[in-house]
Amino acid sequence: MRVYWLLVRRELGTFFVSWTGYIIIAAALFIMGLSFAGILQALNTEPLTLTIHELFYESVAFWLVLLVATPVLTMRLFAQEKQSGTFETLMTAPVSDVQVVLAKFTAALVFYGLMWLPLVAITLTLRQYTRQAAIVDFGALAGAMAGVLLLGMLYVAIGCLASALTRSQVVAAMLSFVTGLAIFLGGYLAYAVPPQLGWPHAVLSQMNIYQHLQDLSRGVVDSRAVVFCLSTTFLFLFLTLRAVESRRWK
Amino acid sequence: MTAGPMIEVQNLTKRYAGRLAVDRLNFTVQRGEVVGLLGPNGAGKSTTMRILACYLPATEGTARVAGLDVYTQADEVRRRIGYMPEHNPLHRDMRVRDYLKFRARLKGLSRAASRERVDIVMQQCGLTEAHKRIIGHLSKGFQQRVGLADALVHDPELLILDEPTIGLDPNQIRAVRQMIKELATRHTVLLSSHILPEVEITCGRVLILANGRILAADTPNNLQKRLGEGGLVVAEIAAPEAALKACFDTQPEILRYDIAPAEGAYYRCTFSAPPGVDLRPILFELVRQHNWTLRELTRNQLSLEDIFVRLTRPDREEEG
Repeated sequence: MRVYWLLVRRELGTFFVSWTGYIIIAAALFIMGLSFAGILQALNTEPLTLTIHELFYESVAFWLVLLVATPVLTMRLFAQEKQSGTFETLMTAPVSDVQVVLAKFTAALVFYGLMWLPLVAITLTLRQYTRQAAIVDFGALAGAMAGVLLLGMLYVAIGCLASALTRSQVVAAMLSFVTGLAIFLGGYLAYAVPPQLGWPHAVLSQMNIYQHLQDLSRGVVDSRAVVFCLSTTFLFLFLTLRAVESRRWK
Repeated sequence: MTAGPMIEVQNLTKRYAGRLAVDRLNFTVQRGEVVGLLGPNGAGKSTTMRILACYLPATEGTARVAGLDVYTQADEVRRRIGYMPEHNPLHRDMRVRDYLKFRARLKGLSRAASRERVDIVMQQCGLTEAHKRIIGHLSKGFQQRVGLADALVHDPELLILDEPTIGLDPNQIRAVRQMIKELATRHTVLLSSHILPEVEITCGRVLILANGRILAADTPNNLQKRLGEGGLVVAEIAAPEAALKACFDTQPEILRYDIAPAEGAYYRCTFSAPPGVDLRPILFELVRQHNWTLRELTRNQLSLEDIFVRLTRPDREEEG
């Protein structure tokens, strides 16, 4: 456990000693700010029928940040260490593969959480200036945050696996971006495939992260969403672990 | 601490996708020894060290460190080993002290113990002045010291150093060698190199590897004695050429000789002798008997370098 926290701290530190961390946060902030300005504009012209955070999931900005930022912030995790050779010094220290995988995952997830912090500020600002307490329902906000976190876990886990498979950060980023995009778009297929088809529809609607997030941000905690995100996160982390262990396969 | 050898390697074999990197290796390293793995590039030195450091598994055979199996008891073995991989990878964005502290904690030292050990190893490796500098900004020699300090920080029983002086300038090489020599008093050291003088100077015993096999294993001195023949002896003698030839032809100890005229009446004669025979007293006796004049008599010991080239050059097998 001590080693785990040590590694988490070290990984988090890496985000901030180089420019990567700041650039990712700045880019996410920029996109969110843009989206915020758009919402303000919309609020001025017509009355609102959705809750504020729902507007975010309707917006391209949210998905752009999720789909693009996660590959960028996870690509480094294993690939860079393999490239520079520090993976060898790490793995010849008395640490277990599980500790390393979980620590890297946790650090990336914490960073992902930090990245979304401005969103809270934006929501609160909106609440302040509209002077309408009802516009932000805290239950729904909590649901939305849970949704962001669950999706983050899934996407960070995908990034971990991609990074563990290669020593090139570019390849890792591409791989996790394509996988993440495939899951996102696959969910949309649920609307196109009729329910009469049986299992294809069932599978696709499980994958429909857009729908999941919408439910959560309305304060509806659907166990399907939670189960889907947690189980896929677990699957990808397990595969990451196997990838890390594979160097010791005979 | 248990008795018994520090490293025991039996029939160690490592196959990478169709290529045999290490081929049924057998060797033992006793506690307190400094052993050098010597071989051309691609001989299997790094692979052997990576297996011992529990980074790669062996395809066949076993390796034990301090009596512990490197595959099944990897965690225990890692605690006992200080390993510095080839090219000395470091977190270049960290400061020297922070990095060493991180590594010490990672290797299981408590906060207080790590602080203490980091100070000790920084002193030992001459890093105290540089403790606040960013590793990526240090010179290569200093980075090498950081790597060495990292390997030492948990006071391991065994140090495995893969090419510790590669890419350094001569002064830095000398400094690193000196450090290794000092370490040898407290630790068992296994180091690899393809630079011969280094091994000759620092190691008590040498294992010469080529194509994944051990070709020779002995102390540098014994290797010279065993494989070095008698070496070459050079003499400059003032005498008629015909008389010299007549005399040398009848001597059974002289395997081959070569005579070339030098300035004046002198001839420069080069002799090769069978293993274990020192030609110098014999030659002196001959000169005395014939009343010639002798102005030089030297023996060129075959260096480890010559032995190495003989053992590892690719055409050796055709020669049989």
